[in-house]
Amino acid sequence: MLVRLEIRCLSAAYYWALQGCLFVCVLAALAASGQLALAQPAPPAPPSRFIVVLDAAHGGDDTGGRLSNGQFEKSFTLAISVRLRSLLAVRGIQVVTTRDADATIDPNRRAEIANHAQALACLSLHASESGSGVYLFASSLPPAAPARFPAWKTAQAAWVTRSLKLTGVLNSALLNAGMSVTMARYPLPVVDSMTCPAVAVEIAPEQGAGHEKSGGLDDRNYQARVAAALAAALVEWRTEARQP
Amino acid sequence: MIPRYQKILFVLLLVASLAMGAALWHLRELAHQKLLAGQNSAPTSAPAVAPAEQATLLVANDSDGSILTQLHSLPLPADPGARARAVLGKLLDLYAAPDAAHPVPGGASSVAQVFLLPAPEIAGAVPPAGKPKIKDSRAAVILSRKSRATTPGAPLQDARQTGPLLAVVNLTGSFAANHPSGIETEMLTVLSICGTLHANLPRITQVRFLVDGQQRATLAGHADLTRTYLAGDFLPAEEAIP
Repeated sequence: MLVRLEIRCLSAAYYWALQGCLFVCVLAALAASGQLALAQPAPPAPPSRFIVVLDAAHGGDDTGGRLSNGQFEKSFTLAISVRLRSLLAVRGIQVVTTRDADATIDPNRRAEIANHAQALACLSLHASESGSGVYLFASSLPPAAPARFPAWKTAQAAWVTRSLKLTGVLNSALLNAGMSVTMARYPLPVVDSMTCPAVAVEIAPEQGAGHEKSGGLDDRNYQARVAAALAAALVEWRTEARQP
Repeated sequence: MIPRYQKILFVLLLVASLAMGAALWHLRELAHQKLLAGQNSAPTSAPAVAPAEQATLLVANDSDGSILTQLHSLPLPADPGARARAVLGKLLDLYAAPDAAHPVPGGASSVAQVFLLPAPEIAGAVPPAGKPKIKDSRAAVILSRKSRATTPGAPLQDARQTGPLLAVVNLTGSFAANHPSGIETEMLTVLSICGTLHANLPRITQVRFLVDGQQRATLAGHADLTRTYLAGDFLPAEEAIP
């Protein structure tokens, strides 16, 4: 009798041990195939500090375009970057810049600086004599789920939804400042590698009501208005960016 | 008194110098003629004897950042490569016109060659729904540098005749050097070239760019020329609707 009971107990133990092993195997298989929600990395949580990265495009040997007053694009973007950094610092916003002088910075290095800063807004500043007003460009990458190790060329995909929101905030602020704004989505080599809400801002001469160019890029008043509008947008973004 | 053998030697050397000078002059002329003959044999324009056909050009406009369809009648050769070059030549002629809405100097001669190859399959290509547009008249770009052969083992000739094509557009260095700098203006040029190629040769689904036969990082500092562009996504929104 005792022997039979012992055999039954042992059989039950083996049965449940086998069931447990099977359960663990199924869990492992699900995790490996990526079907288990728990196995996916959590969406990137907003950093506690609000940091803005300003990327003054070009620099050093890379002069960028030549503007109508003979100035190079690299000088204009640096001037706007310095002006915007001052405006943001006054408002208590921490700013990281990719360059503070006329230096050649590799495009990958620019994205590295932005990614290490863990910023909540990254602006790549450009200028052009073509077109008019301010152009806002977000990455054309399709939105993707965040990955633990994103591909360098498409790292922005996990952030592109937030980048589009940031584009909307910038658009509103620039329109409120009375500027014409054009938005588009293009492949942007530096922005596509950034892991932060990122927008490329291209500043063109201002166009008046009669389609004449009323404010050139060398107009300091125009530069100040653009910088002030961008700063106002980033102040507003500070509250929105912390929302999940 | 100069010895006689020295006089003979001097005369011989003088004759040899003159003969070598004449030969050099003759060779120079031959090389010049050869160079001119080589230039003349290059197919620089569409043959005028070809029948005029309707070509669809996607023309960019800097004032509103749009790309609009225009129909033009022009002689188009039967060969797809020459045809692609002819429509791009017409497009760049429009941009080089004095009153162009998207002024880019250079004109038709800015397209050195257009090569058509079987298109590689883009790994992880995303359908158009994955690229929301902010502005209707533009199309976003889906890009990937990872690619592999379309139909492994399929004969190359079959792919060239029936399958999708990759167009490699070889631009001249002067076109890139004189192109206005800026994200918007450069991308409008790239998008309009891609859209025009696909509109006239629907089998062209991918486009790559070279400048003077070499890969170049950007067109004029902004537009990425190292990528493969999906040509079918560049039609204006109203054209893309079936």
